[in-house]
Formats: sequence, C-alpha cells, structure tokens
Amino acid sequence: MSIVQYFFKPAFLEHPSPDNTVYKHTFNFRKIWKMTVIITAAVALIPLVSITAIDYNVTQKAIESEIMLRVERSASNTKRSIDFFLAKHKSVLDFLINDNTFEEINNSERLVDILAHLKSGFAGFVDIGIINSNGIQIAYAGDYKLEGKDYSDQAWFQKATKQGIYISDVFLGFRNKPHFVIAVKGACPTYRDKFYMLRATIDSEDFNTLLSGIDLTRNGDIFVINHDGVVQTPTRFHGDILSEIELPVPEYSEHTEVMEYIDVERRSNIIGYAYIPDTNFILMIVKDKVELMGAWYSTRSILILFLAGSITVILGVILALTTYLVNNMYIADKKRAMAMHRIGYDNKMATIGRLAAGVAHEINNPLAVINEKAGLIKDMFTYQNKYQKDEKLISLVDSVIASVQRCGNITHRLLNFARHLEVSIQSVNIKNLIDDVLGFLDKEAEYRSIKIIVSIPDNLPDMICDRGKMQQIFLNLVNNAFAAIGSDGTLTIEAKEKNSNFCTITVSDTGCGIKPSDLELIFEPFYTTKSSQGGTGLGLSITYGLVSEAGGYIKVESEVGKGTRFMVTLPYKHNTEKKEEKV
Amino acid sequence: MKILLVDDEADYVSTLAERLSFRGIEATWASSGSEALKYLDKEKFELAVLDVKMPKIGGIELKKEIEKKYPDMKFIYLTGHGSEDDYQKGVADSVYYLIKPVNIDDLIKIMKKVLE
Repeated sequence: MSIVQYFFKPAFLEHPSPDNTVYKHTFNFRKIWKMTVIITAAVALIPLVSITAIDYNVTQKAIESEIMLRVERSASNTKRSIDFFLAKHKSVLDFLINDNTFEEINNSERLVDILAHLKSGFAGFVDIGIINSNGIQIAYAGDYKLEGKDYSDQAWFQKATKQGIYISDVFLGFRNKPHFVIAVKGACPTYRDKFYMLRATIDSEDFNTLLSGIDLTRNGDIFVINHDGVVQTPTRFHGDILSEIELPVPEYSEHTEVMEYIDVERRSNIIGYAYIPDTNFILMIVKDKVELMGAWYSTRSILILFLAGSITVILGVILALTTYLVNNMYIADKKRAMAMHRIGYDNKMATIGRLAAGVAHEINNPLAVINEKAGLIKDMFTYQNKYQKDEKLISLVDSVIASVQRCGNITHRLLNFARHLEVSIQSVNIKNLIDDVLGFLDKEAEYRSIKIIVSIPDNLPDMICDRGKMQQIFLNLVNNAFAAIGSDGTLTIEAKEKNSNFCTITVSDTGCGIKPSDLELIFEPFYTTKSSQGGTGLGLSITYGLVSEAGGYIKVESEVGKGTRFMVTLPYKHNTEKKEEKV
Repeated sequence: MKILLVDDEADYVSTLAERLSFRGIEATWASSGSEALKYLDKEKFELAVLDVKMPKIGGIELKKEIEKKYPDMKFIYLTGHGSEDDYQKGVADSVYYLIKPVNIDDLIKIMKKVLE
C-alpha cells in the first residue's frame, strides 16, 4: 500500500459500517477519526487563531496611534515655528512703535529708512505704512503710492482697532505675489484717545520656506489654510494658493489635533492640524495613511502567511497522525476479532473432535462384542463342521462381520481425525493425509457426481508438521472446491516436489471461478460473497494464516466459469515455532 | 503360545479367548487387573493383551505391575477407549496400540510379530 493510499484511503474508511459483515467492530472508526480530527484541530487552532487575531489588532492599533502621535508632534512643532515666525515680525513692529515717537515715525522719509533697515535685517518686509485712527494712511514707504488711502471701512482695520494686532490672510495684491499684512496698534500721546497703526506687508515667501523645510513623506503635504478653507501657502496636492481646499475645515481646537479623513477616492488620510492663535491660519499636515502604515502592511502579510502556514502544518500533522493511529486501531481490532474467531473456531473443532472421539469410543466396545460374537459363530460353523455346508448361514455371518468392519473403519477414521485436532508435530504422509480428508467427502462426491482425481507420487517424502493444521488447510480448500463445483465436476489434487525443501500441493476444481476483483480479497479476513448463506469470510483467511505460519505460501488462479486452482507450497519441515497470528 | 487377555468387558474377552482357542492359541482371560494378577501368580504367560481403560487398575498400570515380576513378558494394548495421552504412552513404550474392533486374523499376526 503506497503512503498516499495509506493516508488518503485508509483501510478503515472502506469498512465504514460495523455490521456489513459478521465482523463486529468494537468502535465506529470513521466517527473516532472525525471526532479526533475535529477536537484536536479545534484545541490547536482556536488559541492560535485568536492570539494571532488579538495580536493583529493590538499591533495595528499601536502602529496607528504611533502614526497619529508622529503627525501630531510634527504639526505641533511646525505650529511653534509659525508662531515664532509671526511673533518675530510682530515684535519688530512693536519695537518700532516703542523705539519711535509718533512724530518720528509719522514721517515717510523715516519710514523709508526703517524699511531699508528692516529689509536688511529681516527678509520679507515689502512695505510699511502708518495709518491714523481714522483709517487714513498718513505715511508710507514702499513701491506703491498708497499715502492717503482710506482703510476705515475695511474689516481688518476695525479688527486691528479692537484687538491691537492684526495678521491678515494671504493675498496677492498689486504685486501679484502672495503676501500678508501685520498691523500693530500704537498709542498717539499728542492726541488723547487717538491712536495710529503701524502696518507692514510681508512677502509670504519666507513663510513658505519655513513650511517647505519640513521633512515630508512621499505623499505627505503641509500647508496653511484660513478659517474659510482657502489655501494660504503652496501645497503639493491640495490646490493652488487662494483656491478652496477640498478637505473639510477642521473644527476649532486650542491644541494640536489629529484626525482621519477618507477622501472621495476612498483614500485614508491622516490630518494633523493646529489653529495658529491671533490669526486666521490653520496649519494642516496631510499624510497618506497607507504610506505611513507601509511597514505594518508588510509585517501583516508575514503574520498572515505564518498563520496560514502554521494552520496547514498543524492540520496536516493532525490528519496524518489521526489516520495513522485510527488505522492501526482498526487493524488491531480486526486482528482481535480474527483471533477471537480463531479461538472460537478452534474450540468448536476441539469440541467436535472430543464429541466424535467419545462417540467412536463408546461405539467401539459394543462393536467389538458384535464382531467377536459373529466371529465366534462363524468359527463354530467352520471349525465344528456342523453347518459347514450351509453357505447361506456363512454368508449371513460374513455380512454381519463386513458391516462391523465398515462401522469400525468409520469410528477409526473419526478417532484418527479427532486425535489430530490436538497440536502435535509428527511425520505425515501427504497421500494418507489427503485420503483422510477426502474420506469424509466420498459419499457426498458420489451424490453430487463430483469426480475426484488424486495424483500424488509415492516417493514424496513425509512432512514434519502438525497434522491437525494440515487437515484443516486441505479440508477448507476441498470444501471450497465442492461449494464452487456444486454438482457435476472434477476435483483434482496433485502434489509434486518443488525443490529439496518444498513441495507444492495443488487443489483445482472445475467450479464457478472467482471474479478478478474478488481474487485479491479472498484471503482478507471477513471478506465473503456468501454472507447471506452464513459465510464468515474466515475460511480462506485461516487457511492462509495456517500456511504462512508453517512457513509456506499459497497462490490462486481463477477464471470465471472455468474453475479455480489453489497452489499450496509447504516446506517438508514446517516452521513449528509459535508465532503471533498474522492477519 | 500362552496368552493372557485382560478386559473389563467379560463377554468380549471370553468370546475372543474362545475364538483364539479355535485357532490353536491357548488364551486365558481375566475381566479385571486383580484377577489377571492372580493368574500370573500361578503360571507364566508369554504375552498379555490389555485393555487400557479398566476400573481400578488400568492397562498401563497393570503392565508396570506385571513387568516387575516378569520383565521379559510382551504386551499389546487393545482398547475401544483410549485418549491421545494413552495412545502416546503406548507409542512411547513401543507397544502396539490397537483399537477395537479388530479382525482376529490381524490380531494373531501382530501377536506373532510381537513374540518374534
């Protein structure tokens, strides 16, 4: 049996129902196999799968929160930089207000100087102007003639008046370059309740440089929007400056926040944002989640691959082991049943033997009396001359004696047969043995017109063997042959020397034959095609067992409709050591 | 040829003795071991034909008793009963072990053979 066949088509699967033969299984092996596989697999796999699932979730959550944290930190740092940047510019303006009196600063020439100094000290200052409390630009230094421009009705002016400081959104202005305005309110000492405003325009290029310096992943983006969602600084993927952003404007929060946002293309983005205090600005960091989780995804596939591999290996081992164990159990159980049957069979034979011997013995004594009495009558006739001439009387007595002789032959044969049912190793003449076996079937053969041909050479050496077992072997084969023939046929028993150690005895019949598909199974225990007629499927299996026990082997050839030929090859000296029974 | 026949079945052994006498063989018969031993006290026999299964003293036991007195005597077992054990003992003693019923002429042949 090949290993594949062994594991994928184990023997116990072929005999699923315990009662399809006389062979009674102790267990339902298919059920045991199924239960064992299910339970073992469950016990092994459930913890493995659940631990993997838990680990999967925990790890994923940990990595996600790590990513969030990183984005938040990065947003937080950037926010601080922006704060610092704006605070710096604001401080400069504050300084100018404090350093100069209103009179000093309210002078365009002075402003031109200041602007020149600012430009040399701080990059980004474009122009600078003084606006009085009525919103009129009263002094200006810069590229445009903006003196006298009235800002009183503009929102920023009103806000700056109220808050003392104002930082505008980014706009393009006349120069068509993005820039923004910082205005700082200063007190005007000469005019009570009056104030003025120092207003500076700052090129947002510096501001942009600040943001573009942040290290970003491939799909990451960092930029600033205003509270209305208008882009304030260049973006990589989220529109031009002053265009409306497609992302939602995040809810106000004092602190830096992180949120997850799934866009229209169903891409998951991690957005870190921070409201910049005292401004209309919101710092946005947008990162592609898939990209950030990249490392996790590769770890995850390894994890899943490992799980799948483990499950395959575990299931494979469970299946193989269970099949192996259950199959061995099945074989052991079969052996047990076989042994039980052998014991039962042997007991039965022994009982029959004892019974036969008892009957024969009991009959022998009265038979002997009849024999001697009849003999005496005959003796008296013959020796005393009185009835010597009476042929009828003599023939009557002769027939009594002949009948006694026949009875005697039968009881002798019975005794002989029964005696050999017990184990004894002796020298056996094969011809005698076969004659003994056939002796019981003579009459039956006659009734069924079965011709028996025995061809055994006289010079065939005797066999050292257990006569009882030999009787059983050939009685089984001859009985089978009779069953196969039914009536009208020929049974041939031949013996010939194979070599100096072995001889082959062939039992062939002209019976119905055996189908090729059955032929390879006939020696299997409990295999029978006659279960309905009380066949146990053990006859040939026992025969096979006895032959191999003796150190010989048995072969069979058969053709349906033509007959069957069993060839039993046995050593002259049988293997008489007690061996474990083979199935 | 002086022969002693011992069998618990008196009817059988007496008939056998009578038939042997027709054939010129002097045979004394006894229906038990003790009776046989009594005859043996009086006279000597060349051969004893013993039944194996007898009440009190069986054939195999009897043979041992007789052999004490007459080590040269020959024996034949003749029995209707007889287990495998008895048979084996007979074979071991190299004594003929015959099973009833026997043909009287065969019996005589074997007696002669034993006495040779």
